[in-house]
Amino acid sequence: MSLLQVTNLHASVDEKPILNGVSLTVNAGEVHAIMGPNGSGKSTLAQVIAGHPAYEVTAGSVTFDGKDLLDMEAEERAWAGVFLAFQYPVEIPGVTNAYFLRTAYNEIRKARGLDELDPIDFYDLLEEKLKVVAWGPEVMERAVNFGFSGGEKKRNEILQMAVLEPRLAVLDETDSGLDIDALRIVADGVNALKRPDSATVLVTHYQRLLDYIIPDVVHVLAGGKIVRSGDRSLALELEKRGYEWLTSGAAVPAGVS
Amino acid sequence: MGSSVEELVNREYKYGFVTDIEQDTAPPGLSEETVRFISAKKNEPEWLLDWRLKAYRRWLEMDEPTWPNVSYPKIDFQAISYFSAPRNIKPLASLDEVDPKLLETYAKLGIPLNEQKMLSGVAVDAIFDSVSVGTTFKATLAKSGVIFCSFGEAVQEHPELVKQYLGSVVPASDNYYAALNSAVFSDGSFVYIPKGVRCPMELSTYFRINAANTGQFERTLIVADEGASVSYLEGCTAPKRDENQLHAAVVELIALDNSSIKYSTVQNWYAGDENGVGGIYNFVTKRGKAMRAAKISWTQVETGSAITWKYPSVILQGDDSVGEFYSVAVVNGMQQADTGTKMIHLGRNSRSTVVSKGISAGRGQNSYRGLVKIMPKAAGARNYTQCDSMLIGNRCGAHTFPYIDVQNMSSDVEHEASTSKIGEDQIFYCKQRGLNTENAISVIVNGFCKEVFRELPMEFAIEAQKLLGVSLEGSVG
Repeated sequence: MSLLQVTNLHASVDEKPILNGVSLTVNAGEVHAIMGPNGSGKSTLAQVIAGHPAYEVTAGSVTFDGKDLLDMEAEERAWAGVFLAFQYPVEIPGVTNAYFLRTAYNEIRKARGLDELDPIDFYDLLEEKLKVVAWGPEVMERAVNFGFSGGEKKRNEILQMAVLEPRLAVLDETDSGLDIDALRIVADGVNALKRPDSATVLVTHYQRLLDYIIPDVVHVLAGGKIVRSGDRSLALELEKRGYEWLTSGAAVPAGVS
Repeated sequence: MGSSVEELVNREYKYGFVTDIEQDTAPPGLSEETVRFISAKKNEPEWLLDWRLKAYRRWLEMDEPTWPNVSYPKIDFQAISYFSAPRNIKPLASLDEVDPKLLETYAKLGIPLNEQKMLSGVAVDAIFDSVSVGTTFKATLAKSGVIFCSFGEAVQEHPELVKQYLGSVVPASDNYYAALNSAVFSDGSFVYIPKGVRCPMELSTYFRINAANTGQFERTLIVADEGASVSYLEGCTAPKRDENQLHAAVVELIALDNSSIKYSTVQNWYAGDENGVGGIYNFVTKRGKAMRAAKISWTQVETGSAITWKYPSVILQGDDSVGEFYSVAVVNGMQQADTGTKMIHLGRNSRSTVVSKGISAGRGQNSYRGLVKIMPKAAGARNYTQCDSMLIGNRCGAHTFPYIDVQNMSSDVEHEASTSKIGEDQIFYCKQRGLNTENAISVIVNGFCKEVFRELPMEFAIEAQKLLGVSLEGSVG
């Protein structure tokens, strides 16, 4: 059975349509890459899946594990196992990474009827997970993303993902703004977290990330629709030819660039 | 942010119950007769009656202040009753004689008055409307020479101390509400820590307004003698009533050479309903005087009251004296707060720190008003002020009125200010990680207030964090 099923999804922000009928099937164990030019709706798709309140779904459906995702609050989606690595991770001054992550971890456990982990047990878990992003424990005492460099913020997203072990991870331009070393750490993290019962959706602008994380399926989004799907070779072709040959037919909605 | 938020807005004020107890309440109205009545009820010496009457006459000549950034209908001081006491309250030989209904009230509030059951090691003086109903751990404290009793008792037992220090920091003529308080104050707490004594436990006063149409005017006087130290906690609640009630307290702290006083407040008076009906008017004067190398530290968490008007201040009189003010002030619904501090530097190398965190939600209006004054003789004085405001939603307001007056050029004054808004993005980020809206706000706001909370004694810090969560529930809509 498919893990994520997006069917004819239409969504707008401030009454401006961005997604104009996206359909997508992601099965457990798969890695999908969603590519496309600026303003094609890639990030919107990621935000709609995660449940950002600024986006209004005007038509279509999204199911996760057979459940209607659109009917759920953002935190309920997180409890169900949906994780979004943000393009612009948010700063929370005064709240330590350790406290935030433990709260998130325990809220999810609570929602699943599991016991909460005390700070000591959680620390043991954390120590393991920090290895995924090649970080020492000192980062856990820093405030969430506060004063982090762009690269550190992205690594922090991967750390959170490692701890929360989602069934569906959507990575929204996690590669943007990363130097090659950071990119490798992030990619290694994502690869290390691959499990047969979970799936990953990579939203990316460039082919570069796909050298490190090999996708099973590549989709090209343009004008709020998927205009082409293929295997990894599609990404390589895009690298050579750009997007124009695919997008010339798809009208980009006015005002989106 | 969804309907759950709206539901949470209408959450009940937990301490809004009324205790059905027989009370002796003076008829409403204020005159010299009222002042004499209160003084006679308390069996006070002549000098104190004179002091009250002088204050009353001074008050008659004063005008109600209009400079705070708050608005409310004019108070009819003749409609207020100035004295209310649970009947059969005194004299009491021990807590066993306290009306069980009163003990029940305090139990509901989570204030243990029963010494046998006390585990927390905090000595409590509980003020019910106008009078003190019991002070715990008196004997233990007496062993180290610490005096901790109701103000009325101090007047009877330690008149020389009261006479020496009463009005020495906040004179009766200081301001309109201080003058009113000086005329009609009913009870309060008195603390004296002898030379070189470190008070063996936290001292605490719990204020409860119960009676309707009654003002509460308590007076707290804390004296730390040379080299002494004390930590003092104050908590406040009141029943839900549709009419506004006036609370005009005066707190005076005297820290003699090398002593230290830490004064922490968690104020949770009833704030009125979402339309601004009812709630406490909290017009309070709090000030301390720090002598040579003495330290006074105010920490306050203000979440209640319809209107708060309050500036816990320090006169840094002695050389090397230290003044601190750590504040979290929260307004939600229709609450208004105009609060801050005054740091008056007189002594050389005196140092002060001000950290103010204002949180505005609902249609609340929050003003920080602070004065840093460096007098000509205060060579080498230093002040650091940090003043942060956080807005939740788009119908509230945050205002800052800093006054800086420097008359000695060798001093060093720093002021930092910031305003931020809890954004949809911050909340969404937390929700995406599995926190519901309520938890998300609580985590974000507690992070914002961290520098203040870490100044609070442990039990208080936990209470304050919870209180903040409750006060802000449903504030994002």
